[in-house]
Amino acid sequence: MIEGLNPALILIVGALLVPLIPQPARRVYVVVLPLLSMLQLVLHPFGTFAEVALFNMTLETFRLDGLSFVFGLIFHIAAVLGVIYAIHDDDPIHPTAGLIYAGAAIGAAFAGDLLTLFVYWELTAASSVFLIWARRTETAFNAGMRYLIIQVGSGVILLAGLIVYFSDTGSIAFNEMNLETTAGKLIFLAFGIKCAFPFLHNWLQDTYPEATASGTVLLSAFTTKLAVYALARGYAGTEILIWIGAVMTAFPIFYAVIENDLRRVLAYSLNNQLGFMVVAVGIGTPLALNGAAAHAFCHILYKALLFMSMGAVLLRAGTCKGSELGGLYKSMPFTTVCCIIGAASISAFPLFSGFVSKSMIISAVAGEHLTLVWLMLIFASAGVFHHSGIKIPYFAFFAHDSGIRCEEAPLSMRVAMGITAALCIGIGVFPGALYAILPYPVDYVPYTAAHVITQLQLLMYSALAFTVMMLWKIYPPELKSVNLDTDWFYRKAAVKALTPVAALTSGATGTLFGQLNRISTGAISSLNKAAGPQARLSRPIESTNMVALVVGALLIFLALYLI
Amino acid sequence: MTEQNDKYTWFDKPANVKKIIAALCVVCALLLVAEFFYHKHPHFAVEEWFGFYAFYGFVMCVLLVLAAKLMRVVLMRDEDYYD
Repeated sequence: MIEGLNPALILIVGALLVPLIPQPARRVYVVVLPLLSMLQLVLHPFGTFAEVALFNMTLETFRLDGLSFVFGLIFHIAAVLGVIYAIHDDDPIHPTAGLIYAGAAIGAAFAGDLLTLFVYWELTAASSVFLIWARRTETAFNAGMRYLIIQVGSGVILLAGLIVYFSDTGSIAFNEMNLETTAGKLIFLAFGIKCAFPFLHNWLQDTYPEATASGTVLLSAFTTKLAVYALARGYAGTEILIWIGAVMTAFPIFYAVIENDLRRVLAYSLNNQLGFMVVAVGIGTPLALNGAAAHAFCHILYKALLFMSMGAVLLRAGTCKGSELGGLYKSMPFTTVCCIIGAASISAFPLFSGFVSKSMIISAVAGEHLTLVWLMLIFASAGVFHHSGIKIPYFAFFAHDSGIRCEEAPLSMRVAMGITAALCIGIGVFPGALYAILPYPVDYVPYTAAHVITQLQLLMYSALAFTVMMLWKIYPPELKSVNLDTDWFYRKAAVKALTPVAALTSGATGTLFGQLNRISTGAISSLNKAAGPQARLSRPIESTNMVALVVGALLIFLALYLI
Repeated sequence: MTEQNDKYTWFDKPANVKKIIAALCVVCALLLVAEFFYHKHPHFAVEEWFGFYAFYGFVMCVLLVLAAKLMRVVLMRDEDYYD
């Protein structure tokens, strides 16, 4: 352990060396690097380190406390699992971009001031887009551009907020903020974009499913949970977050039911899970904030596991569309089991990780007696089981046999899935280990008879509803389709509205530049006449003339001197 | 296409699928019976209702699916809509 050395720097600098290291050494290096960085984090004492004075500002580049530690730790675990998952792929883009991205997210979580936060915030965007482009298709390229514009846009809004904040307060420290000031509102909006608030959410569902199999696993871990961390740091107890979060838990599940691309279904359920964390941050009590941190921790693992299993399906079966899959349990039994473990965890079955974290949030909501919010969260819990817990494994691995026969996932993918699945179960069975690292002391017992029975009732009757609807053929079949979401406004409506404007502008600029062109051509030709190769000024002067000129000048100088 | 992949499995028998459904029904019934055997400490009045979570889970899931089906009418487009 080197005191004051930010683990983020180990990752970012170390990641830049990845492409230079030949295989097979690279395979070892990409796993050892985040493990070393994690060791540095775990052994490091809490406090503020690596302070840098810049003009009249103080940058606190490494702030380690209870809250940032949990996020820093889980980001490291996700980085290790993400690179192991991608080891079979010789393309250096995944480990390089992935580790820089992880480092940026960790650096942002450890930022004690807004300027450091901004720098890492933008670096997460700039590094992660390569995980989408790594798919190397036109669709992925376009999706990556949309992603980049929105993510960088969030950073620019953060920068604007930071400038206003600095001019208002003379400080750039990243601590509790409020929505009364302009700066507070701008920074809140920047966080909200990355956190996929309702109506700001669609970059997530639009772009994550377009990334590579390994890319989506990494993408799912960092950006949105960094935003949850930033909200917990800056806006804990801000009441509007309770309502924003409650809407976030509910509306994506409607889309998830009818979405055909199973990785997009997972992106919707990711959005839904973020809602639980946002509600918890909005409540802001120690129990709720512990719940938000614990849920982010568990969520990163089971969501990664689900994306890993769907990534394996994409790699082996060549598609992730529910309408084309089915019966894959015969070809990919290991992946099937891992997917089911991820599904049980996200659905918060007792003995799986989601149960021990989500019940903290639900208890915090119940403790505040927020009836409507509580009803929404319970509905969303049943709904997430419905689409992530049942729909994903059912349509991919069971349902009608699609006839696809393929190989089981490669070894590296199976190792990553196996470790992640073990962690999901381990946390569910021994929640004490997770509770021990939460930011506030934990006085919470997840396994009471009432918790377990009511949760099982909720889940099993959701399963019963699914079964009844399948048997009666009410359940909507998987269809080749896309569903309109808010991206329609900028992918269709804006394009349509702006096309005549663009034509007009291009016409106008054409005329303008035509005129400018004529004027400048005229100017150039007259300049050419005056000073070009044939012009009087450009003619060579003979050396005798030159000497005469110099002598003449000297004589004049002498004459003037003597006078 | 290996032989191992094409083996006839337990899930392929319709009778076994019926067994799974029957097991689910038994579990659901037992969970309602369990209502009598644990101490409730409700935060909300509805939690005191008999089998509230079971009822709510079932009804809300049906409503969720019906609403989502309606959404399809308005929101569904061809797969290459954006291309």
